[in-house]
Amino acid sequence: MRNLRNLATAVAAALALSPVSVLAQDAAPVKIGVVAFLSGPAASPFGVPARNAAELVIELMNAGKAPAPYDTKGFGGSKIETVIIDESGGTTTQVTEFRNLVQRHNVDLVIGYVSSGSCVGIAPVAEELKKLTNFFDCGTPRIFEDASYKYVFRTSPTSTMDNVAAAMYLKDIKPKMKSFAGINQNYAWGQDSWGDFEASMKHFFPKIEVKTSQMPKLFAGQYNTEISTLLGAKADVIHSSFYDGDLEALLLQASPRGLFKKSTGVLTAGETIMHKLAKQVPDGTILGARGPFGPYAPDNVYNKWFVKEFEARYQVPPTYPSYQMAQAIMGVKLAWEKAQAANGGKRPSNEQVAAALENSTFEGPGGVVKMAIGKGHQAIMETAYGLSKVVGGKVTVTKVKRYPAEKVNPPEGVKAADWIAGGFKQ
Amino acid sequence: MDQILTVIVDGIFYSAWLFVAAVGLTLIYGVMKIVNLTHGSFYALGAYAGASFTGAWIAAGYPPMLSYAVLLGSAIIITLVFAPLIERGILRFMYAKDEVVILLITYALFLILEDVIKLIWGVDPYFVSEPYGLLGSFDVGEMTYPTYNLILVGIAIVSGGGLTLLLQGTRIGKLLRTVIHDPEVSRAMGINVDRFYLVTFTFGSLLAAIGGAYTAPTVSVVPGLGVEVIVLSFAVVVIGGLGSLPGAALGALIVGLVRSATIHYVPSLELFVIYFVMAMVLAFRPRGLFSLAEPRKI
Repeated sequence: MRNLRNLATAVAAALALSPVSVLAQDAAPVKIGVVAFLSGPAASPFGVPARNAAELVIELMNAGKAPAPYDTKGFGGSKIETVIIDESGGTTTQVTEFRNLVQRHNVDLVIGYVSSGSCVGIAPVAEELKKLTNFFDCGTPRIFEDASYKYVFRTSPTSTMDNVAAAMYLKDIKPKMKSFAGINQNYAWGQDSWGDFEASMKHFFPKIEVKTSQMPKLFAGQYNTEISTLLGAKADVIHSSFYDGDLEALLLQASPRGLFKKSTGVLTAGETIMHKLAKQVPDGTILGARGPFGPYAPDNVYNKWFVKEFEARYQVPPTYPSYQMAQAIMGVKLAWEKAQAANGGKRPSNEQVAAALENSTFEGPGGVVKMAIGKGHQAIMETAYGLSKVVGGKVTVTKVKRYPAEKVNPPEGVKAADWIAGGFKQ
Repeated sequence: MDQILTVIVDGIFYSAWLFVAAVGLTLIYGVMKIVNLTHGSFYALGAYAGASFTGAWIAAGYPPMLSYAVLLGSAIIITLVFAPLIERGILRFMYAKDEVVILLITYALFLILEDVIKLIWGVDPYFVSEPYGLLGSFDVGEMTYPTYNLILVGIAIVSGGGLTLLLQGTRIGKLLRTVIHDPEVSRAMGINVDRFYLVTFTFGSLLAAIGGAYTAPTVSVVPGLGVEVIVLSFAVVVIGGLGSLPGAALGALIVGLVRSATIHYVPSLELFVIYFVMAMVLAFRPRGLFSLAEPRKI
């Protein structure tokens, strides 16, 4: 009997130490918290397309149907599971939800956040909880300018790139312009966007006149008075980083008053309305996609795969939030697998994945992503702008110009505002 | 001079929109003593119904000029579906409770209705821009305005004037004022107070739904539409005095004109100015500009 007991103990100990046991542990799913707006004005143009992209890309990765080097199943062989959270409700709510994701749902990492306000609030909490967090969309450059993080990353470029490139594009196509005005949302995203654009314009056009800067509340919805002010300003160009329902409302209210026919619109996040409001976008409006996404995406294998699969699933083309979410997952997958390989094939810790993602370079549907600034935690990419042109009832872009990543992003260790004020020195 | 004219015109248009959005809130408070947060939900429901029905109407090829009637019809239908249900099904059991409790109940209903809207319409935006451009535009000084904006001014005048006439010049108005003054005595005198509450809640909610329906062509109709409206409406009725029709009108006009002037002359203060006005009014007249001394009941 004692022999039998000893044998059982030995077998149990051997099983516990065997590679089979290690494999079973490693094959435990990787749980990702995905956060994006699923309600409110930002849901339709941002949150839902991003959520859709996350579900699609994760499903394809779990099936091993992504192009190489993303073709291993899940993350390093472990199935990916998601906990999807609505980003609406404000920063305080989001901080609570983030803690829930980490402490109650026990997620392995978090990918999310559209709003710059959310990102500013979440970054220090992610650091406190030591949870790998990748911001997929929010644009304010302040995140990595005002602090250093070990666990926080952003695989999409900042709004600095959007606005510097917009000013460069104007320099290229409207070198004789004399004045500009702006309408931006009154919080981190809108203020930073306007600040970077205004400073860049003053560099490229030293004699330029700033007619007016309108800063309505986020989700205000009613813009007739602002439109009157902008019409009265008679500026050559009107800059706006509006997005979501605010951008849609602005275009609907501006269209019958001819605002963007009288002044050229520069819509840095305008790509999201291309497929919805063709009648309200006059030809010649300058449209940005917050990077080389959508109509500006490169002709690479990842873009072909992503567009084909996205259109087959959702019957609409992916817009830039979908691209940003896809590349956020792809970047983390590569880092996870690199860390896993360095860890002898065992499940990597958050610290190991963060070390692998730091300063990494990878390619996605939007092209090459370099984690080059913010001490290797902030991505830079090339970007592009073009002019809208309605063809067959659909908005297309013409006169597209591309700007290399290093030309439209500050170098490592330099704040965006200082870089612009210093004349864009690299 | 042109700019002052523009400030006034912009202010009036915004005031009209605000008044239409807020007048139902003050009516319901005046009669029922309920700070009704579902008001924002009815605004959103009106916008969704207006966008859906009018979009379908135009897509079916029916005369576009009748889309304005469809907007009104949409608001009426959606209100008749939800308002009596809420008032008879929930609120009538709460009238004896404290005002704060009823406020919390309407807040809960507001959150529920937000989800109901998502269940019915999803999270994709609805656009019905055709009615906005259909009537052409007109010029004031150097500015061009869509003629559609005058519709909201018209609705504001008709709803404000109509309610005043109803309250002051009709038998029903007299009975309603009796209910406002003392529901218990009114009940003792044989007035069907419950029916007045039902009609008032439905009519007040209808005004919100009309505001939403006629705003739909100018915005992207998305979940959360009612949140901003309830905050602004509340500011307007607090400035004017809760329950006061002239107060709501004056409150909307003050907010509209001050906001317009700020946007034109000091745009960086736009976010702050409405609530600054509210704070100033409350500092000197804590019950609002048109609040009346309340008789003490023993």
